[in-house]
Amino acid sequence: MVIPSEEARLVAAAKAGDAAAFTALVEATQADVYTLAYRLTGNEDDARDVAQEAYLRAFRSLKRFRGDARFSTWMYRITANCASTHLTKRTKGRHDELSDDDTVLDERPESDPESMAEAGALRDKVTAALADLPPILRAVVVLRDVYDLPHDAIATELGITESAAKVRLHRARRKLRERLFPMPGEEKARAV
Amino acid sequence: MRSSKFFGSGGVSCDDVADALPAIVDGLEVADIEVQRHVAACLRCQAELVQYRKVLRMLHELRTEVLEPTPGLVPDILAALEAAGERRAIHHLLNGRRVAYVGVIAAATAAGAAGAILASRARRRVRLAS
Repeated sequence: MVIPSEEARLVAAAKAGDAAAFTALVEATQADVYTLAYRLTGNEDDARDVAQEAYLRAFRSLKRFRGDARFSTWMYRITANCASTHLTKRTKGRHDELSDDDTVLDERPESDPESMAEAGALRDKVTAALADLPPILRAVVVLRDVYDLPHDAIATELGITESAAKVRLHRARRKLRERLFPMPGEEKARAV
Repeated sequence: MRSSKFFGSGGVSCDDVADALPAIVDGLEVADIEVQRHVAACLRCQAELVQYRKVLRMLHELRTEVLEPTPGLVPDILAALEAAGERRAIHHLLNGRRVAYVGVIAAATAAGAAGAILASRARRRVRLAS
């Protein structure tokens, strides 16, 4: 991750046409952008396509980036928009068939193997639950509850109203809660 | 399907609260006073709220996790940027040439028209003189 002042310097240089500065921004943010793309699309190939398209769009519209937010936050919004377009274009159904194989790599160094295993198991559970959500619900909950984007930004990037974004968020949270922590009676109802 | 049909003092049921919990769990929206009263009195709904908070915490924790893309992503992105830059340069070049061609044609047309006018005036002057 690049520090904000260095990021601002790189953005200013890239806006002035410095290709090396833009390359440095790509290198500094690519893992985060890819991670978000992966969470939104649910598979590696789509995530790579979305990340690539996001940087192309960012490059084309860099002059319009005012610097009100961090470059990485701006990239998240572009990535969300690209993923939405990508998923709309794709044949419906493929994302709904995501399996539990969509495990994620844990890059965080942890000292305690036991807590690491426990934390890893929880992350795998939530990741699998996210992958099982319909893409339209997954996008909203990932952008809001994982990446902390405001409702209006989410609505803009996904091309929906703010109230629709909220409705989808609440539905997604409910589905995740039912899947991860079913209340008495819900497990039986789900199995039927 | 919820089995509990507990109604609090305000007539709010567990089902009503269940609909409200996903919206109020992050604290950005405030629950109706009747919903708050119901939750304060209903152990089942309190437990459900706790589960929502756990889900939210698990989602927040995902934020710190960064997936490592398979090798080659950055070179692919840079190659795509370069190709797009080249396409744009070619586009600009073609557009520039198009403008130049149109300019030459317009200048030639204007010159031809001016020549024709001058020639016709000259012919008129010769006729008047004779």
